[in-house]
Amino acid sequence: MYGYSGKILHIDLTERKTWVEEKPEEWYKLYIGGVSMATRLCWENIEPGCDALSPENPIALANGIFAGTPVPVGGKYGLASKSPLTGFIGDSLSGSWFTIALKRAGWDGLVIHGASEEWVNVFVDDKRVQFRDASALLGLGTFATEEAIREQLGDDQVRSATIGPAGENGVTIANVTNDGRQAGRTGHGAVWGSKKLKALSVRGTQGVTVADPETLMALSFEITEASQGPHTSKYRMLGTATNVLNMNKLGLLPTRNYQEGVFEDAELVSGEYLDEHHKVKVIACAQCPIACEQMSIVRDGEYKGSMTGIEYECLYANGPNLGINDMRAIIKLIETCDQGGQDAMSNGVTISWAMETFERGIFTKEDFKCAKYPEGFEPNFGNGEAAVTLAEMIRDREGIGELLSHGTRYASQQTDKERGTETYQWAMNIKGLENPGYDARALKTFSVGLAVGTRGGCHNRTAAYDPDIKGVTNRFTVDETRGKVAASTEEYAAVYDTLPLCKFIRRCFTGKADRAGAWPMIAKLINATTGWDFDYDDVDLIGVRAHTIKKAFNIREGWTRADDHLPYRWHHDPMTKGPSAGYVVTEEELEYLKDLYYEAKGWTKEGLIPKEKLIELGMADVAEEIGV
Amino acid sequence: MTVSAAAIAKFQYIDCDPEKCVGCQLCEYACSYTKTGEYNTYRSRIRTVRAEEVLMTAIACRTCENAPCVTACTRDALTQDPVTGIIRVDAARCDGCAWCIEACDFGAISINPATKLAEICDQCEDEDEPQCIKWCPKDALVLTTPDRRAQRSRHKLLTEEVAG
Repeated sequence: MYGYSGKILHIDLTERKTWVEEKPEEWYKLYIGGVSMATRLCWENIEPGCDALSPENPIALANGIFAGTPVPVGGKYGLASKSPLTGFIGDSLSGSWFTIALKRAGWDGLVIHGASEEWVNVFVDDKRVQFRDASALLGLGTFATEEAIREQLGDDQVRSATIGPAGENGVTIANVTNDGRQAGRTGHGAVWGSKKLKALSVRGTQGVTVADPETLMALSFEITEASQGPHTSKYRMLGTATNVLNMNKLGLLPTRNYQEGVFEDAELVSGEYLDEHHKVKVIACAQCPIACEQMSIVRDGEYKGSMTGIEYECLYANGPNLGINDMRAIIKLIETCDQGGQDAMSNGVTISWAMETFERGIFTKEDFKCAKYPEGFEPNFGNGEAAVTLAEMIRDREGIGELLSHGTRYASQQTDKERGTETYQWAMNIKGLENPGYDARALKTFSVGLAVGTRGGCHNRTAAYDPDIKGVTNRFTVDETRGKVAASTEEYAAVYDTLPLCKFIRRCFTGKADRAGAWPMIAKLINATTGWDFDYDDVDLIGVRAHTIKKAFNIREGWTRADDHLPYRWHHDPMTKGPSAGYVVTEEELEYLKDLYYEAKGWTKEGLIPKEKLIELGMADVAEEIGV
Repeated sequence: MTVSAAAIAKFQYIDCDPEKCVGCQLCEYACSYTKTGEYNTYRSRIRTVRAEEVLMTAIACRTCENAPCVTACTRDALTQDPVTGIIRVDAARCDGCAWCIEACDFGAISINPATKLAEICDQCEDEDEPQCIKWCPKDALVLTTPDRRAQRSRHKLLTEEVAG
């Protein structure tokens, strides 16, 4: 087999033992890598119905097919566990050296079982596995943990995926971080913390063998050159933060907990402002010629010296969404999340829920007592220091931070139960995962894409904002085409998430990002790597299978049609300003869109997957368990 | 009469501009593939290094005059080309003792894990151009001499510091 070692490493933290599982080539052809393979490994190794924070929930990790080769942006991996936030599949992507090291160590994927009694740093040193005492690493931030491990082992080529204090403390919105990148959303950090796994470190020294290295080299060079042209200039110059002004103009920039879609100070929190006042340098993930990470620093004021990479999603959530117009406070907030190891998007959207709850008089100053402010503080929208303090309280589960550390669904349900309130009406999550930075009230195709999302409120997995924003579909209305469109964008995105290739490369193959523009080149890359004979349809099926295994996982965990929902606010509270004012997605519209979507997928009206559909995809064993 | 390159300025070497380098490591892939046919940055003769999140560069042999690695080699396996300054390793003499690595202030020498012999950048003598330079997506790598490198600094000083 080329491009793969054919070996999955299993690590049992309870028994402190390891074993190797060999997978046949046919299995790799179905699940490829990234989120698809990671989800499949999770499917195979989980105790269905288990508590996400129990030893029965495995951590599954799958390299990319192109990791460790010169294929641009191919240095990514998929991470999957049952999510403690949603109770469904938590599948995340992260990039850079860590996954390349794992591939060079000779492993296509890892499955971590059980739970350790003591804090542990698992070190995969080529073929050898060591269980190292992690007690000296406790309390360290994510970046500091990586450095400390390199220092301990005396080798700067050791790469680690770590959790920060948030994961150690059992914060449900905690992340896993490697090389300054996050496997974000869905609470992987909490799963790692529940297993007392502080870090997974890897040293891999072997080469990666592919079927046709000369062809792969030539194709990679071609794409590398194209990646410096106009197709990626948005990402290279201002990064994704450039979206702030675009979304504001469309009236889709979530502002003050999604009360509005227009932020009056958008200029002050824009990618352009960031570039002019805060940018230090743009850096790249390993194996990426684009380089989009806008490293930004605070140069004056009380947060002077804070520095981190700023992306649109983190920026909207902790900026306009909190009514904050001071970029210095926003950088400090995102740095607090990145170093503490908590999801910056869920962090912002949970704090915005708390701010609205405070402004409505349900929470009072008394509720916000902490060591830093013993008398409490008043977290009005726009108060940067209050937001920074709340992020720290979430990380440490201090005071009201304990409630907020579990995200908006838990926090609102708990508050409503205790106080007889209806704060769920502004808890902006889907399936328990906080929503992204595009308001779906006036993006109707996107609204169904988000509602049906297997990991909850995630723009990246559905990608259905794209046709709505580009005007391919009318974003203000619904019609019978939308089910197909939402199914199509989701399966398109799943191809990238499975290979995985960063989606920022999508226009660099031919200039066109659609299937016709990208799939033929992707087939060539796969074939040069593996020696297989993939064509356009085979590439397309990668996405269909990836999405199907995730959906199957959710069905086995008890998913029903009612779980595909939107937050109350998007059904009932129209915005009042800007070009998206006045719109909501009615419940009838959503149910109609769901019908269309399930039909487009070839599923039943209840959203279940027919046996023959699964068998057709080569997933007969899955059909056995959940097919209808 | 011919004038040797060394008489005009010091030898050419591959230099990386840390302001342009984004740390992607594609130079290492280009090098390891060119020199070994393998995708393995451990086999690269140019290496990226990152000291802080935003502080990174790539380093290859600097073709020092009176190269310390040559002096340090106890088996006379290393010789320096008098015209190009490129350090050559005699595989029959090298025993992988790594004295050359200790002598090199730039960390530009590595031991091949398979052959256990020292490997040093030869500026892709057998190719049209150094492949790392060809691949660098940010044009951070150049083949330069200390004199030309100094010219660049003087130019930058004039345009940025003086002209503002």
